[in-house]
Amino acid sequence: MKADPKGVLTGEHYLDGDFACAEGALAAGCRFFAGYPITPSTEVAERFSERIPEVGGIFIQMEDEMASMNAILGASWGGVKTMTSTSGPGFSLMMENIGLGAMMEVPCVVVNVQRGGPSTGLPTMVGQADMMQARWGSHGDYEIIALSPNSPQECFYVAIEAFNLAEKYRVPVFIMMDECVGHMTEKVIIPPAEEIELYPRRLTNSPPAEYLPYMPEDDLVPSMIIAGQGYKIHTTGLTHDERGYPVMTAEAQEKLVHRLINKIRLNADHIIHIEEEDTEGAEVVVVSYGISSRVALAAIDEARAAGIRVGRLRLITVWPFPEKRIRELAPKVKAFVVPEINYGQMVLEVERCAAGQAKTILVSHGGGDVHNPQDILEAIKESIK
Amino acid sequence: MEQSRTEIKITGFGGQGVILAAYIIGKAAALFDKKEATLTQSFGPEARGGACSAQMVISNSKVLYPYVKRPQILVCLSQEAYNKFEPELISGGLLIIEKDLVKPKPAENGIQLLAIPATRIAEELGRRMVLNIVTVGFFTAVADVVGEEAVRGAIKDSVPKGTEDLNLKAFERGFQYGKNLREHGE
Repeated sequence: MKADPKGVLTGEHYLDGDFACAEGALAAGCRFFAGYPITPSTEVAERFSERIPEVGGIFIQMEDEMASMNAILGASWGGVKTMTSTSGPGFSLMMENIGLGAMMEVPCVVVNVQRGGPSTGLPTMVGQADMMQARWGSHGDYEIIALSPNSPQECFYVAIEAFNLAEKYRVPVFIMMDECVGHMTEKVIIPPAEEIELYPRRLTNSPPAEYLPYMPEDDLVPSMIIAGQGYKIHTTGLTHDERGYPVMTAEAQEKLVHRLINKIRLNADHIIHIEEEDTEGAEVVVVSYGISSRVALAAIDEARAAGIRVGRLRLITVWPFPEKRIRELAPKVKAFVVPEINYGQMVLEVERCAAGQAKTILVSHGGGDVHNPQDILEAIKESIK
Repeated sequence: MEQSRTEIKITGFGGQGVILAAYIIGKAAALFDKKEATLTQSFGPEARGGACSAQMVISNSKVLYPYVKRPQILVCLSQEAYNKFEPELISGGLLIIEKDLVKPKPAENGIQLLAIPATRIAEELGRRMVLNIVTVGFFTAVADVVGEEAVRGAIKDSVPKGTEDLNLKAFERGFQYGKNLREHGE
């Protein structure tokens, strides 16, 4: 289906990443936002609250982030597309209910504009250290989807992609921005509504008497209902059967949790969105995401000028991790260089998939600033020695 | 590779409209002059009342490194901002100051120093708060990085409805002051 023109601010704008993300959500049809303001994500909420009266929908400033997360799960069952936005400390508070969202298979989008941590850390300054928290932050086994934009323009498109993936796979989707991209203002072109393709809610065709809320379709994703339209269903964080009723057995656990994981893992090729340049024939490939991928480009240009064959692979989807592609490249390259604003998170995935076939070099940064491109250049030079 | 990258820092104290001034220059460059313009800004409690800054990179190609560590053009609207940011200016750079609010040390390293009494001019227009737009006009006339029509367009697009005329007047005053200074000197 096409986007509703009402939410699409078609034209050329000069917007920061947070605003662009909110515009992407509105274009994607998000009509319910519940959140608690926190730097550097506050502008996502601010923009949404300012625009929602024109578009129609609900904005609620909640009492905290736990309640925000619960509100978007509930509203999603009410049939609308929902979002919240936060930063590290709030993301930590959301974790319990993110697990509930994964277990109840609730389409929703959570924006984390990452700042320096741990704890309250550097409220106004950049970090990329919540990448593993996005993957594993809630307890138990589950799979989620996470995306990472590197410009305000991409914040707009990634927000649309996030909603489409959330609806298609019935899973919480994270937009893992960073403070630099969130607070960076650049030109953002918003296309006409008819150029924006949306994935609609997977509503059941079964009559209420026959509907089983957790009976998966061929792609392992069950279809949904809208609360209040005559379907009497049960949904729970407990391990449940196709009816949604709790079943406390190892067999039920295997059937349910394995499906929650496989609906993402077995569909990974359809989900993963990466950008590659000159990876074929490269001796070193720089793997990066978010603002680090832009800063890395400055280093890559210089390394190429020095005669080094450098390819680049940018993670737009960070979870599920594009492990197949890294495994394909590993035997063909000498090294992977991974700059990130943390002390080694996504690099662990690169290293795992390289499986000893190529060197993996982390260029770490503790946060509060982006890398000096020179540090990435040095690592590229070092990697081919 | 980034081509013809110009790095600008606009600084002052919280409340002077430093961020909006930078936003208008960036919007003029990005939407009206069709260049790449990336604006980043220092946020948070440390910025309120104290020295605050907006960083702007204008380029003919995509901006890769977003921050400004050594500006080619530095605008200082307060003494505190001048004290904090002046050492960052590159040799041969352009330094624009608020004439009545900043007492500069003698310019060295080939730095070109230009001053405008932006607050006084804004007060003459009846609204002290348009001092940032007066400065934008002056910047446009002396810095040669954004077109004057582009800036007029960006102002009309960015200021609150009903204040367009006042802001455009503020722009013209700053622009003329800069033009005269350039043609005739002080």
